[in-house]
This record gives sequence, C-alpha cells and structure tokens, in this order.
Amino acid sequence: MFSFTSIKNYHQFLAANTNGCVATVNNYLNIIKQKQHLNAFLEVFETDALQQAMLLDEKRKQGKPLGKLHGVIVAIKDVLCYKGHKVSAASKILENYTAVYNATAIEKLLKEDAIIIGRNNCDEFAMGSSNENSAYGVVKNALNENLVPGGSSGGSAVAVQAGMCMVSLGSDTGGSVRQPADFCGIVGLKPTYGRISRYGLIAYASSFDQIGIFANNVEDVALVLETIAGADEFDSTVSQQSIEEYSNLNTPSNKKYKIAYFKEMLEHDALDSEIKNSIQQYIQQLKNDGHEVEAVDFDLLKYIVPTYYVLTTAEASSNLSRFDGIKYGYRSTPTNNNLTDLYKNTRSKGFGKEVQRRIMLGTFVLSAGYYDAYFTKAQQVRNILYTKTKEIFKTFDAVIAPTVPSTAFPIGSASNNPVEMFLADIYTVYANLVGIPGISIPLFKHSNGMPFGLQVMANHFNELTLLSLSKNMMELK
Amino acid sequence: MSGKYEAVIGLEVHAQLQTLSKLFCGDSTTFGAEPNTHVSAITLGHPGTLPKTNKLAIEYAIKMGIACNCEIELHNYFARKNYFYPDLPKGYQISQHTTPICKNGYITITTSVEEKNILLNRIHLEEDAGKSIHDIYEDATCVDLNRAGTPLIEIVTEPCLQNSDEAYQYLTELRKLVRWIEICDGNMEEGSLRCDANISIRLKGEKKLGTRVEVKNLNSIRNVKKAIDFEIERMINVVESGGTITQQTKSFDTATDTTFAIRDKEEANDYRYFADPDLAPFHLTENFIQQIQSSLPALPQQLIKSLQEKYLLSEYDAKQLCDDKVTVNYFFATASENKNYKAIANWLIGPIKQYLNDEGTSFENIFLQPKILAALIQIIDEGKINFSVAATKLLPVLMKENIEPLVLAESLNLIQVSNVADIDIWVNEVITAMPDKVAEYKKGKKGLIGLFVGEVKKRSKGKADPKLVTTLLEEKLK
Repeated sequence: MFSFTSIKNYHQFLAANTNGCVATVNNYLNIIKQKQHLNAFLEVFETDALQQAMLLDEKRKQGKPLGKLHGVIVAIKDVLCYKGHKVSAASKILENYTAVYNATAIEKLLKEDAIIIGRNNCDEFAMGSSNENSAYGVVKNALNENLVPGGSSGGSAVAVQAGMCMVSLGSDTGGSVRQPADFCGIVGLKPTYGRISRYGLIAYASSFDQIGIFANNVEDVALVLETIAGADEFDSTVSQQSIEEYSNLNTPSNKKYKIAYFKEMLEHDALDSEIKNSIQQYIQQLKNDGHEVEAVDFDLLKYIVPTYYVLTTAEASSNLSRFDGIKYGYRSTPTNNNLTDLYKNTRSKGFGKEVQRRIMLGTFVLSAGYYDAYFTKAQQVRNILYTKTKEIFKTFDAVIAPTVPSTAFPIGSASNNPVEMFLADIYTVYANLVGIPGISIPLFKHSNGMPFGLQVMANHFNELTLLSLSKNMMELK
Repeated sequence: MSGKYEAVIGLEVHAQLQTLSKLFCGDSTTFGAEPNTHVSAITLGHPGTLPKTNKLAIEYAIKMGIACNCEIELHNYFARKNYFYPDLPKGYQISQHTTPICKNGYITITTSVEEKNILLNRIHLEEDAGKSIHDIYEDATCVDLNRAGTPLIEIVTEPCLQNSDEAYQYLTELRKLVRWIEICDGNMEEGSLRCDANISIRLKGEKKLGTRVEVKNLNSIRNVKKAIDFEIERMINVVESGGTITQQTKSFDTATDTTFAIRDKEEANDYRYFADPDLAPFHLTENFIQQIQSSLPALPQQLIKSLQEKYLLSEYDAKQLCDDKVTVNYFFATASENKNYKAIANWLIGPIKQYLNDEGTSFENIFLQPKILAALIQIIDEGKINFSVAATKLLPVLMKENIEPLVLAESLNLIQVSNVADIDIWVNEVITAMPDKVAEYKKGKKGLIGLFVGEVKKRSKGKADPKLVTTLLEEKLK
C-alpha cells in the first residue's frame, strides 16, 4: 500500500497506478474510521470523495491534463462552504445548515483536481485555542489523547497529524492554524491577509481572518497556497497582486538571511523555559550557519493581546448578527410570541459560551461611551504596530518567535480561565494584527514528549521568502 | 401657524438608485417581482458571503452631489450600522458614517414668497433593507428581501425649512432633480423616494431648537405637507396648554391625516457604527469626479437661466419647460428648426401638454416629431393657417400620424384665405344678412365686431384670415 510522504511523491505513485485515486481514498476512509475517536472529522464526504476519485482515475487513463492537486486528499475546516455539503462552524446555530455555494478556495481546490474528504471539527466559529469550544465535542491530540490539539483549527491539524488526509485547510484569525500545528508537530501556514479570498469562509473577524494550510512539509503547503491564492471578484479585500510560484522553492540551502527576533517575546514570563532554551540555542545555530540574527526591541508586546481581543470581538459581534434564526439555521421557538424572544432564545441556545462571551465583549467595546476608550484606542495600537512592522522589514527578511508559550495542555485544564487562554495567543496574534504571513514549523521536541514549533514571519506578500527559509530550516534540522 | 411660534423642519430623503443590480451584489433591483426571487446568497447574508461595491452606484451618488452643489469626499469608507430586524439579513446595514460621499450643498426652491436655498448637510450611500409586510397574516409578519441591498442615497437637509410649503417645494425640486440626472425614478408610491421629516417648534426669536418629532416613511409629497402641518398644530396646542413635547418617532396615517407614535426616544438604538472590514476604503480622484461632472446634463437652474437669456422666454415659460428634461429637450430640438421660440413654448406648455394630459400620457411618449411642430408653427407664421384651427383641427391628427402640416391642412381644406377679393364676398354677405346689428354697431356698439368676424369665420369654414376680416369689416362699417 502507498504511504504518503509528499504530494510530489504521491503523483509519481498515481502515474503508475490506474486506480490510484480510488485506492487512496479507500485507504484514507479506513484510517478516518480507525481514528474516529479523535473526533477530528464532523462529517466524511465518502460518496463524493469516491466519485471524484473515480473521475480522476478516468481522467488519467484518458491522458487528459491533470490539475496541480490531482487526487490530493484534502480535509477542510468546518468554516468553509462546500456547495451541497453541511457546514456548521462547529455551532449548534448552524446545525443541519447546507452550504449553497462554494468558497473560492474550495472552488480552486476542485478545479485543480483535489478530493475533499470531509469537514473538520474546530472551535465554534473559530473562537478558541484548544478545540474545546466545539458544539460537537473536543478533538484529541493524536500524539497524546489526553491533550488538546490546539485550536481553533484543531480537527484540521489532527487530520494531517494522524494521517487522515494529506493536507487540510484551516483558518487563522489569531493563530488558529499556527498554534495547533505547533501542538501537533506539523507545518501550519497563515498567509498574508488578502492572499487568499475569504469568500465562503465563515467570518470570525473579517480584518484578521485568513485561510491557512496544514501539511507535513513546506513544499505541500506551498503547492496548496499556489492553488488557492489570488484575486477574486467576490472578495474586495483580497489582493490583486499576482501569485508567485510558491512551489518552486529552489533557494540554495546555503542562502543567508537577515533574521530578527523580539527580545520581549523570548523573555516573557509565560514562556516555558525549555521552549525558550531551545529557541535560544536555535538562534545560536542559525548564527553559526552564517545567518545574521538580531534581537529587536518590541515594547508593544503587552498591548497586542488586548488589542487583538478588542478588535476581533468587535468585528465578531457584528459578523455573527446574521445568525438570528430568521433566514436559515437553528431557530428556537419563542416562549412569548414576540420577536425579541425569538432572537434571545435562538442566540442563547444556538451559540456556545465562548461565542456568547466574545459577542458580548465586542458589543461592549463598540457601545456609545466606551467606543473611544476601547475600539478607537485598539485601532490606534494596530496602526502603530503596522508602522513598526514595516520598519522592521526594511532591514530584515524574517522574524522568528515561539509559536505558543507552552506545549499542548491537558483537555479541560484551561477551559475555566478564558483570560489565561487568551494570553496564550501572545505570539501568534501579532501576525494577524499587522497582516503579515506566519508559519509554524515543527523543529523541536519537548522533554514532556510533545513537539513544538518555531514561528517564522515575513513581510506582506513575501510568502516565497517565508516558505524558502522554512524549507531550509526544516532540512537543516 | 400661530404668530408666536416658528417651526424648524429637517428632511431626510432616501432615493433608490436605478442601477440594474444591487449595491453589493449582482441581484436585480427590479421593482414588483415575486417576493424573495432576487435574493442570492449575498443578499440573504449567508455565512461566508462578502459584499462587492457597485461602482455605478458611487457614480450616481456623486452625480447627485454635483447637482446639489456639494463637496465630494475623496476618501470614503462604508460603515456598518448594527441592529436586529427580520428584514435586515446581515444584522447590520452597510452605510456611511463619518465620511458621507457628499457634504454641504443646497437645492434652490421657489415658494410663493421667495427663492431660497435649502441647505444640505450630507448625501451618503447605503443599502436598503427588505420589506416587512404585517397585513397578510394576522399572527405573522412576512418578509420580502427583494429590496434588501438596493442602493440608496440618503439626502439630509439642515434643519432649515420653516413650513410645509417649503418642504413641498423642496421635495418637488429634489424629485425633479433625481429624474433629471437619471439616478432615481422618483416614484414615491413604489418607495423609490421616501421621506422622513424631523419637526420641532420654538418661540420666534429663540435660538435653541425645540424637542423634535420624526415622522417616518412618508410616501407622497402631499403627505409630507399634511404630516408637517398636523405636527406643527399639535405641538403648538401641546405647548399652549402647558404641556411639553416628547421626542418620538412617528408614522403618518393616511386614512385620518394624523400621526401616531411608533417609539419613544428611550428605545433609541446604539448602532455601534464601525468601518466595514469586508470592504476596502474607496478613494476617488479629482479626475474621476470631473469626468462625472462633464457627463451630467445641463441642470434645470442653468437651463431656466439660459432660456430667459438666450431664447428670451419669460421666467414662467422657462420654468414650465424645465419641469422635466424631456420637455425642455423637446423645446431645444424644435428650436433648432424654428426660431419662433415663444410660439414653441406656447405650443408645448399649452395645447400639446393639454393633449398629452387628456390622453393620460406624457412627453416621454410623444409621437409628434419636433420638426413637424416646427413646420406647423412656420405655416401659422406664414399666415397659411391660424393658430386656433391648427390647435383644434391639425394637432389631434399630428399627434398620431406622421404627416406634413401643410399637406394635412390642404387635404382638410383648412388653408387660410388671405385674398381680399374672396374675403370681401363673405364680408358683404354678412353685412347684408344682419342689417339690425349693423345699425347698432354704427350707433356705437363696437363690441359687435366680434359677432361679424365670427359670422365670416363660419361662412369661410374658419379659413378666412381673421386679421384681414377684421380690417375689412371695420373699413366697410365706418
């Protein structure tokens, strides 16, 4: 039986196997079934996946041109609309809701012959860092089932980690791809804001959300990015900038980079000392290898988590208003026959606790009398961060940082302390606040047995540098 | 109004822009379709959908701004106005907040007493909501989302109107303007144009504004006038009897011509406006605005002036012609064929307008070609036919058939007789036939001349040139 290592390798296998796609889909369906207890999938699209596999095998037989992701088994986070298939944002409020159109990213995957095998569990509306906020149960980390996989794209991370698909799509608003990639020991990319169309991605916070990619290696991430990135007439915030050939990562491994790290990030109290030591050693190694690595002051660190939560919850409070029980999705019958009750009951029962918390918080920061103190102030901080970031990338090719302050934590251990959970996003929210691309690459292993990653960030739309450097780092290790 | 008080009125007008598709998606904006048929995933606010701005709507808003002498904002963004209602699919309306696309400006009106500039505060772009229909089922409200997402401009005046007459004139001018520049059909009954009136009263000389009442969704200009009159009288009565005005939002009851409260101020929403993160800010260039400006037709105010100055028409005629663009364009088309501008104006304002009214139609559907009208005026001026015969006998035919007026007049045997010898015969016949009247005339009852002219006209079957007839009669009866 074929054992997956990379898409390139898989394509060689398919070239020699006429029924390769069908066999592969069956193989993955089996693995998914075996690992059902991890709860990484909310639904497996068995029939559709097999049908697509048959079509693709036929296509090869007939010698037709093949798509870039021909036969690649992809799982998608349950926040991406795939026409005719259920999508729930792991929320009760969208229970039994069926997507009426394809997200642009899904459209592009299908056009390049990908096989969508199922939808992944996640935190409800992508709000959370442990996948414990799903209305459909927690997801377990395949390396240690007592531990969380991270979130919010926990199911998508575990699907790749446990070999239930080749690559998967998640979404990253404040670290929701990079953090679970870190906890699961895989690669997770959040591209530049505006690199991939958000059309069909159920919104959490519109000016932060970006579709992200999980894979076992940087090349596969690059190939998927190349496929789904680019302009889209349905998203006016997506960039018109042309797509570079991300999969062409032939940078010589001895290329030297100018790399920055933020002193305040490495010296932060919350950072696990072993992670800190590993990264410090790694910095030394990079220097030994001839890269220029410099510490840069970043005195704004303490403002980034509050800024992030003020702005994302504000946007979320508005983005989630459409889930009102009127047009689609869950509706709770009002006790009194009045509209306000219908709204209250529907939204109180339909949304989980964390989502309600963020809607309330966002509504508060936008309220008359508090608006300037919170929302306006946070926007100002965001602008300062942006300016500072542009300044840094005038000198440096990349910034490195830890991805998360700790390794994966036990299920149930942090769910009663939302603020602590928020603070764990300290290293990832920065990239979303300023819109730069960030990746977590699995370079390290903790003495507790769990993996952890290095986060690499590059300038806006400089994915090519980010991916090339990451690939070299993965190979060096 | 009682002499002690003065009213202060501000108007907010929502005008639906007549773009083919909605403000943020490709759905049709056609009025009157089956409920919920122009509702794509975007209109319905399905999860994951995003808005995409209709550029034509922006152009239309700018056109209105230019037509109203506004400053155009170069750096714009859309904001979300957050509130819950079943006809608002996303739970927020995409609107503009701190940067309306047009600022300041004015619309000139003429009231019975003066010409006045009604100052505008702003014109901003926003999307319409759907329609909630409460009167189909007793225990349920129906929602039609066809209208949701239709582009609107909201035109907001300063609180600078003083009475219902000014409001009436302002709305008439405004409606004329949106039709003139072809951005809105101005149909108030179908809701393409809707008006909210903010009304307050204060003692004359008082600087502070009184507590205001907002009357919403007035669907005709007449109702705006009635609602304002009703509210002013009501407020004066309240104050005179020692009461205080409560800030309220009201609706107008067309059955009784009165207003009734729909909510008090305490229930006012906090809309939590913020820049819509799904839409990039849009920036305009001076060049783009210039292009729009040069694409605008000449506006009524300019044309009224030029009709007086270049075509030497009276102010009254000029204004009448500028009632709508089709009429004035018709005037210009005719004027390029015939230089008797006054006659053209008279025909258009008089018999032609009358004919169209009687037929229940308008200039937009006129059959008569400007060059035919020009030819008709020419044969009158040449004395081949007189005006009243032309108006009563020729016009009804020319409004339906394409025929040269002269040919028509000949075929109907209506060519005026200007030959003295011929007319002389009829004149003599009449004098002979009416000896008594002739005697009375000669005794000084000069008014009888009309009778004689009329008789000659009859005998000539209307063809005798009345001027010549009068001259001949007067000579013979000396």
